[in-house]
Amino acid sequence: MKKTVISVVGKDAVGIIAKVCTYLANNRINILDISQTIVDGYFNMMMVVDMDDSPKPFSDISSELVQIGDEIGVIIHCQREEIFESMHRI
Amino acid sequence: MINIFEVSETNRMIGEQNLDVRTITMGISLLDCVSEDIDRLCENIYDKVTKTAKDLVPVGKQIELEFGIPIVNKRISVTPISLVGAGAARTPADFVKIAGALDRAASAVGVNFLGGYSALVSKGMTEADRNLINSIPEALSSTRLVCSSVNVGSTRCGIDMDAIRLMGHIIKETSEKSAIGPAKLVVFCNAPDDNPFMAGAFCGVTEGDCVINVGVSGPGVVKRAVEGTKGQGFEELCETIKKTAFKVTRVGQLVAKEASQRLNVPFGIVDLSLAPTPAIGDSVADILCEMGLEKAGAPGTTAALALLNDQVKKGGVMASSYVGGLSGAFIPVSEDQGMIDAAAAGALTIEKLEAMTCVCSVGLDMIAIPGDTSESTISGIIADEMAIGMVNQKTTAVRLCPAPGKKVGDTVEYGGLLGHAPVMAVNPFSCEQFIARKGRIPAPIHSFRN
Repeated sequence: MKKTVISVVGKDAVGIIAKVCTYLANNRINILDISQTIVDGYFNMMMVVDMDDSPKPFSDISSELVQIGDEIGVIIHCQREEIFESMHRI
Repeated sequence: MINIFEVSETNRMIGEQNLDVRTITMGISLLDCVSEDIDRLCENIYDKVTKTAKDLVPVGKQIELEFGIPIVNKRISVTPISLVGAGAARTPADFVKIAGALDRAASAVGVNFLGGYSALVSKGMTEADRNLINSIPEALSSTRLVCSSVNVGSTRCGIDMDAIRLMGHIIKETSEKSAIGPAKLVVFCNAPDDNPFMAGAFCGVTEGDCVINVGVSGPGVVKRAVEGTKGQGFEELCETIKKTAFKVTRVGQLVAKEASQRLNVPFGIVDLSLAPTPAIGDSVADILCEMGLEKAGAPGTTAALALLNDQVKKGGVMASSYVGGLSGAFIPVSEDQGMIDAAAAGALTIEKLEAMTCVCSVGLDMIAIPGDTSESTISGIIADEMAIGMVNQKTTAVRLCPAPGKKVGDTVEYGGLLGHAPVMAVNPFSCEQFIARKGRIPAPIHSFRN
């Protein structure tokens, strides 16, 4: 299983998690872990997801999530987990 | 599992501090393209490069997308062309034909640069080496993506002063044919076989048929980390740089592994470099200032740079299984806004830069000098830099850009990653009679090290 990290950063608003999760559910992307915090009024969320069962390729999911981010005024990144693992774990 | 703070640290490095992978460079051996017929040779080279590197750019873009890390350049390095062309190219014009084939191939696969229009002449020049060197001004002005390098010395062989004399002339002629030409030309001592950085990349004869080398970057990330050490001791400063270099290099190692797997090409090395760009905040000079210098070039600069260079290597070596290339902090003038400011303010001189090259990678890099600088003076500056490399068993290089019609204090625009440079003063005293001597400087003694 290849894990992917979805991070969401932006001004806090109603329904950010709902919007992102709905998209993930509709595309058969399973959420493995989710954490969220507010720093100085800014919304920070990180999800670890499994995209193996999704019918869509990574590039489509990534660009559609960016588009959803634009609609609700947050920045969404979609990155394979290895970049964080390699940087922060020995 | 990864936590939210680690994720946002990584993304801040990428988004705000210009962390990127500077280059994925595919080394391609062209030794099997050799032919006696020049047209056949050009055809073989074009076919091999376009076939071998056809997926390089798409795979690079795919990795960028999946990991969310910019890979600024995708490049190719090839076997030194003086070797590949020796059987077919009888004149400088024949070598220019090969440069044309390389340029077309690089353009067809969409890479940013192709390096290896090179000659290795640390002990002497063959007829082919001489023809290739003589073709450089025309080759670099008639092509867009081809980069050239000439290795004129090594710790084992000494320095070929005949080649240095010739290079003084060639650099001057190249600058007269094309303003950007000299930016694509490097003179080396102890050139490594696996350097992924331009303009000096070539695929050495010690390499296999095809190899992936990756160059990392990240001066902005180091600068930000050093900001947090204000007022602290050297131990804390060193630890901070080392840890940051580790993180930056791990990204390079990951990208190198992925690229190697996806392209089905062996992984060669990660080049542990701090490579600046003209972007604000992406400067090696700014790190030196953050350490406590008013400007790069102030007394203490060489010591600060030595510390920086060593810590980058110490952190980076643990992060990658194979380290190579030029590995160290680059100090190009035109590509680093902090260096440009320091030179313009009079804090940084060519002589100070020369001292700095003794403790860092690589050499006198992207320095604009007055257009009326004599050929022998250019050769003299090269000879000094080569001597530093030869005696200290390190790679050194010179990339000088004479600016025709410009004088000290004027600015030259190169554009893009090459940036812009203030024309710097050159020592006006002559070395003509020294450079006019024929032959080579013998290899240095390896004992009595003082």
